[in-house]
Amino acid sequence: MRLRALWMALAGMAVLIACWEGYIALGEATDGTVLGFDLPARYDKSAMPHVWNVVTRFGDQAVAGRPGTVGSAVLAACWYTFRVSMVGLLIGVAGGMLVALVMQRWRLAEKALLPYVIISQTIPLIVLAPVLNAWSGQLSVGPIEWQRWYNLAIIAAYLAYYPVAIGALRGLQSPKEHHVELMDSMAASGTATMFKLRLPAAVPYILPALRLSAASAIVGTIVAEISIGGSGIGRLIIDYFQRSTGDATNIAAAVLGAALLGLVVAALVSAFEWTVMRNRQRDAMSEMA
Amino acid sequence: MSRSAPTPRSDRIASVVAPIVLGIAFLALWQWFVVARDIKPFLLPKPTAIWSEFWDSFANIRKATRVTATNAFFGLVAGSIGGAVTALVANRFRRVGEMLTPLAAAANAIPIVALAAIFGRMFDSTTETPRRLVVLLVVFFPVFINVLRGLREVEPVHLELMRSLAASPTAVSRRVRLPNAIPFFLTGLRVASALCVIAALVSEYFVGQQNGLGPKIAGAAKGSSNYPLAWAFVVAACALGVAFYLVAILLERVALPWRRGPSR
Amino acid sequence: MSESASEAAGVSDVVVPATVSVIGADMVFNRGRPNEVVALRDIDLDVADGEFVSLIGPSGCGKSTLLRLVGNLLEPTAGTITVNGKPASRARLDQDYGMAFQQAGLFDWRTVARNIELPLELRGVDKADRRARALELLELVKLGDFADHRPWELSGGMQQRVAIARALASRPGLLLMDEPFGALDEMTREHMQAELIRICAELGTTVIFVTHSIPEAVYLSDRVVVMSPRPGRITDHIDVKIGDRNDDTREASEFFEKITEVREALRGIERDLGGLGVDDR
Repeated sequence: MRLRALWMALAGMAVLIACWEGYIALGEATDGTVLGFDLPARYDKSAMPHVWNVVTRFGDQAVAGRPGTVGSAVLAACWYTFRVSMVGLLIGVAGGMLVALVMQRWRLAEKALLPYVIISQTIPLIVLAPVLNAWSGQLSVGPIEWQRWYNLAIIAAYLAYYPVAIGALRGLQSPKEHHVELMDSMAASGTATMFKLRLPAAVPYILPALRLSAASAIVGTIVAEISIGGSGIGRLIIDYFQRSTGDATNIAAAVLGAALLGLVVAALVSAFEWTVMRNRQRDAMSEMA
Repeated sequence: MSRSAPTPRSDRIASVVAPIVLGIAFLALWQWFVVARDIKPFLLPKPTAIWSEFWDSFANIRKATRVTATNAFFGLVAGSIGGAVTALVANRFRRVGEMLTPLAAAANAIPIVALAAIFGRMFDSTTETPRRLVVLLVVFFPVFINVLRGLREVEPVHLELMRSLAASPTAVSRRVRLPNAIPFFLTGLRVASALCVIAALVSEYFVGQQNGLGPKIAGAAKGSSNYPLAWAFVVAACALGVAFYLVAILLERVALPWRRGPSR
Repeated sequence: MSESASEAAGVSDVVVPATVSVIGADMVFNRGRPNEVVALRDIDLDVADGEFVSLIGPSGCGKSTLLRLVGNLLEPTAGTITVNGKPASRARLDQDYGMAFQQAGLFDWRTVARNIELPLELRGVDKADRRARALELLELVKLGDFADHRPWELSGGMQQRVAIARALASRPGLLLMDEPFGALDEMTREHMQAELIRICAELGTTVIFVTHSIPEAVYLSDRVVVMSPRPGRITDHIDVKIGDRNDDTREASEFFEKITEVREALRGIERDLGGLGVDDR
């Protein structure tokens, strides 16, 4: 079954690539006009590079006269983005867990905070990115001077906290009435109930949220880099966009790098999820009673 | 640990009052903090300064909001229709579904907004088309996944019932799968409505003219260093995002009185 | 079935005869694979027109599977199933039976009346006739005021009554019921049993009823068919001729005697298996 899914995924990719190349071929063959209509999108090298060219571009020199391939530039940029977003992810997850714990513990807190938490996912904090720029170099929190990439991490953390906050809250609230009554009947303290019942029950909810959080952290970092800067893949895409006007191959290569970064992170989180849930699957089933 | 059951009425009042009180307290704290510590406006302006700037520049703010809002709206509508129709096709032709579902899962992990750069080359970057395409894609996938789920995740008892009534596959699709999918579609729409404004804003950073809320924020912050104005634009952006989301929630409430459907 | 009773109910039905004949039926799931299950082996069952037959037995005895074979929701791996002299598949296509499941399975997006109209819609009956028929049936199950309500506004028992009304929409002579009252509380259950008896008496419906509950089987049926698992087979037919059912029936000595008889038959199976599977409630 898994194999078939893989085959179909590859088939899907092949169809996409075929459409891409097909459109380019159509444009070149008809010189841009089909049945009296202009093709909507540019199809030449400045807009739609051939897929194969993008792949080979990774091996080409990035800047004339200087060492380093496009591939290594993309890799370095992705590594930067990865590290920054992971810091953001950590902060976001911690923050989300904290918010969820507070909301579960005190109903009043849940009433007061939940509307804001839900609304916060619709608020594009990324728009604050240019504003946050002013903070770097000017602000010091105690002995630490505010670095530029702190802004990136903040935005990543903001985007990452929401799935975890909601997922954790739902998970912490998931134990059925009779489970909680069982703990009460055994005179379990609040802490014991939290650690022995609610937190384990919350894990199957937190893990899928983690995947979403990680993806959001990556996207947030990439986008924030456009206004804030840094040496990440978002900045690299913009650089290529502004520099190479006659040739979109570099841009495509960088975008591909960003996409691969997202997939790698998703795979990492899924692997983590798998190791945690592997031993729990059986436990989870027996708890379902 | 005994729990006292709150009366429903006091519960409902608390649900409304508590967030309002928290919001006001937060703003008051913010105002006090800026004034008491004499924080420079480029770091954090006073809420009152943002408020007055908002109304002073209202015309500009409204113009920029319109650009972002129309992009978000176009992408939302086109992406939802596209996603729903594609889900119908994917349900009808298994192969299509099998190819698209992993792609949709991958799309969740990929920063779609990065494609704005490519679109900016493919299409005239002075038009809003690249931005709208980005929003379309961002909206497409959640709607597609949700509608497909709705078409497939039909209660077994309903399918057994239809078989016992000798219903044709078309009848099953029309009378069971499609109605069943509507709540799922609305859920997808809700998720998409939260994303579309963000996608519209973010795509403005990648490509296009300096006319949406995104570039205006950057322009006010970097260019004229008018931070209260920048924050005023930020407030507008937040309000826009909330507005789209509230409309989607309202739609869900109206169309689904029985509050069915999965929670995402 | 008296003329006045059917007139009172407003149901101008012709009594549709319905018989079921199962000969030598086998049902094997996952044949040839490691998780092969012999759900039923060599089942013979005859149900006469107008007869109310219950299938009872411990878990895994195949009673629900047998019901689904009769309803052509499954194809037997061997043997023949005949409904009204036709193959089961033909009977299904002709909507010769109505089915009720443990969950009412009403469509949330339709009103109560429109839910009942579903079988008629599938047969192309026109709007006015459908509506009239739905209202008739609602009167029959005593839910006449609820035609335009939504399913979630109704209690579990009421939803099941709507489901039964739906099952009767096309005037089938046969009802197949898979523990329809299983999810209801005891009192609602007894009430529903009485209703079901009344309706079937009025319409002369043949019924095959799957249940876990001995008192329910005895109260409802003309005949209780006892089944046992591994492999699923019929071990006993117990005639329950204790006269017309009414409120006093549940306290009559014959009622308890029959319950004991069924219980003994099941205990026999239990002993052979060493386990519990049926309610004594």
